[in-house]
Amino acid sequence: MATKLTVNGRPTTVDASADTPLLWVLRDILNLHGTKFGCGIGQCGACTVHVNGQPQRSCITPIAAVANAQITTIEGLSATASHPLQEAWIEMDVPQCGYCQAGQIMSAAALLAKHPKPTNTEIDEAMSGNLCRCGTYLRVRQAIHKAAGMAVTEGAA
Amino acid sequence: MRVTRRSFLHVTAASGGGLLMGAYSAPFAAAQQQPPPFETSAFVRIAPDGTITLLSRNPEIGQGIKTMLPMLIAEELEVDWKTVKVEQADLDAKYGLQTTGGSRAASNNWVPMRQVGAATRHMLIAAAAKSWGVPESECFATNGRVYHRGTDRSLGYGELASSAASMPVPDLKTLKLKDQSDFKIIGKATRSVDVPDIVAGKPIFGIDFTMPGMLFAGYQKCPVFGGKVVSANIDEIKKLPGIRHAFVVDTTVKTGPVVEGDPGLEPGIAIVADTWWAANSARKKLDVKWDEGPAAGQSSEGFAKRALELSQQAPQRTLKSDGNLEEGFKNSAKVLEAAYDYPFISHAPLEPRNCSARFQDGKLEIWSTTQLPGRGRTLVSKALNIPESDITIHLLRAGGSFGRGLTNDYMAEVSHIAKTIGGNVPVKLLWTREDDMAHDYYRPGGFHYLKGGIDAAGQVVAWRNHFVTYGDNEHFASAAAINPLEFPADFVPNFAIHVSAMPLALKTGALRAPAANSQCFVMQSFIDELAHAAGKDPIAFRLELLGEKTHEKYDVARMRGVLTAVAERSGWGKRTLAKGTALGVAFHYSFQGYFAHVAEVSVAANKLKVNKIWVCGDIGSQVINPSGAEAQVQGGVIDGLSELMAQEITLEKGRVMQTNYNQHKLLPFAKAPQIDVHFVETDHDPTGLGEPALPPVIPAVTNAIFAATGKRIRTIPLAKSGFSWA
Repeated sequence: MATKLTVNGRPTTVDASADTPLLWVLRDILNLHGTKFGCGIGQCGACTVHVNGQPQRSCITPIAAVANAQITTIEGLSATASHPLQEAWIEMDVPQCGYCQAGQIMSAAALLAKHPKPTNTEIDEAMSGNLCRCGTYLRVRQAIHKAAGMAVTEGAA
Repeated sequence: MRVTRRSFLHVTAASGGGLLMGAYSAPFAAAQQQPPPFETSAFVRIAPDGTITLLSRNPEIGQGIKTMLPMLIAEELEVDWKTVKVEQADLDAKYGLQTTGGSRAASNNWVPMRQVGAATRHMLIAAAAKSWGVPESECFATNGRVYHRGTDRSLGYGELASSAASMPVPDLKTLKLKDQSDFKIIGKATRSVDVPDIVAGKPIFGIDFTMPGMLFAGYQKCPVFGGKVVSANIDEIKKLPGIRHAFVVDTTVKTGPVVEGDPGLEPGIAIVADTWWAANSARKKLDVKWDEGPAAGQSSEGFAKRALELSQQAPQRTLKSDGNLEEGFKNSAKVLEAAYDYPFISHAPLEPRNCSARFQDGKLEIWSTTQLPGRGRTLVSKALNIPESDITIHLLRAGGSFGRGLTNDYMAEVSHIAKTIGGNVPVKLLWTREDDMAHDYYRPGGFHYLKGGIDAAGQVVAWRNHFVTYGDNEHFASAAAINPLEFPADFVPNFAIHVSAMPLALKTGALRAPAANSQCFVMQSFIDELAHAAGKDPIAFRLELLGEKTHEKYDVARMRGVLTAVAERSGWGKRTLAKGTALGVAFHYSFQGYFAHVAEVSVAANKLKVNKIWVCGDIGSQVINPSGAEAQVQGGVIDGLSELMAQEITLEKGRVMQTNYNQHKLLPFAKAPQIDVHFVETDHDPTGLGEPALPPVIPAVTNAIFAATGKRIRTIPLAKSGFSWA
């Protein structure tokens, strides 16, 4: 079944059943591998993308539900990996294994779009659904502060 | 240049007090033996335009090895780190030892990788000297160029590359390596080389690997380990959309009485499709009748009951016995008894198991995130009867591993699938999260029945540990052993470690800081109990117990050093804390590293907040990459907190009951405490960091909970006792 999607500003038509999760269309049909599979049940956040600017778990989002939406993946967050968060992530050497980081960055990007100078509580709320098995949380927070042009704090509030 | 001269270097095993790692975990045994030789020339490529490419030989699983090993080469090579390119080496004998495990990379590579850089630099200098007709002693190299002292002549490495390749390889034993004070790269916080690709979402992980014409596979195993397919609706599955192949794998693996390593290719059903989603959707329509086999009778409840029974009987074996226990307890002013236990837990790296392979004309090519590629090749060779020389393994970045990649079950599965399909068709096998949690090599649970005696002066005079674990007589289940020299062995005059083992039909294995991650909790908690019983300050008590003694396996002075340092940094005994807030301490020596942690917690109505953890570590004279080092310590601490609160794998009717992260939880973002990381530098060769920073976290926190509430934690995870994060 053909479904029309708009991914990173580009309209495309994919041949997949309507209940196929967006994640697998991105990864295995559109060859956008930046969005990761971690749990398949919306628990870990590794598959976070933006749907009309809102962070959403692509592993539990059927493509039928996003047919008319603007979908943004990590590959489309900026043209040259130059989003302030991506730059801050590089500067702060945030990732360890790196597997969850696309999801972390997408959640953080949605946060900064809404709250350009987020409080620690707002950061906690926005990032609560993104698990990191390696334990990069402290640097994730620091990098969000940095990208927001705020003083970089030592750790949790 | 491709330095083509063959120079073989025999590296002597790094010395230093490794614990009896072989006894801890079979997968690490290989890393403890004499490392194989490697070719000096294999690690450096210099292009005519001067581009330097360094090869990193060990598997990268997030520990930062792909950055750290090339840093060592680059330091001696005298190149600008910013211009260096780094590539992951595939499995090849020319690279020597290619393993990730046991935190061994620093000690195994500290000298050899610097020698690689220095030898290459010498050859470049020799080539320049020859072209100028001057003695080598008048030349020096810096920043990718060789200079002639006293004249303005210089040549870039790119210009020298081809002539340098024909220079003799210097005798590595006589190479003088740089003094620490001259380091320009080592000791500088250096960003992990793959970070720009990671934040851009580039396809660099195992799961991202694709090839034209690739098919996608799922593999359905029995929920009970070793269970076999009796019948299945294979014909029906084959008719489903997108399905190319579906077949039963009718192998048999040994399920008991103890599983000591990789059991081999496990039986199941392979489904291969045009897309992974199609394969996975078809799996949901599988109707399988399983022969669950003998493992179906196992349950966590049953093991706990059996452990208690065994604890009340004479132990099966005694691993260590010093002095006279009976006398020791008789002469004790106070005797404490306590039972501790910890559960099975799962590695649960965020990237589910996956592996790609293709097969044609007897040759197998594999793309994997394994930690032990050589061991994987052997497993596949045996399981599929393919000579090792016909198996090629490419290494891809792993999305975490924590020991999961020490075993290669998934590699055997995809290899079998690729061989069955043949025709050089690439196949990617991807497990679901549920597969990953149901078919792990679990960190084994364990039960410790402890008795300790202190004399009137508050000295520990007797210690008995009856450890009830998994195994069969003298064979421990993988990673279920106890080190008989584990602290406080040899520090207590009357001392015994007894063991009784229960047969187990379940795969177990090394999880980050194997054995240490559980046993440190037990030892450092019971020591804390004794300290409080003696009415002594927990740090003073520990320092007194360590005393001025020496130990054959580790350096007691270094242990005291980190303990003293963490007391100072945390303001131990010097700060006034609010009611319900308290400090706890623990230390541990493991994987060549000395670590002491202090935790500050606040507890109210079983709501736990970890405010801050102070970590002091001694990993020798040099922290090679301070950014990576801090990350490993932060990661170890957060990993320990996840294990402490909410991780437990339980068995019912032989099945693992937890299926996903909602039931085997990671520490959430907002609960991460502040972490103060400090390294005590001592005059010893650098050692690794992937593991040793984890073990003390758990008892430091539980000891702090006791200090705050008077409630002694003897079983983890805490959630079982009604705790949750504040």
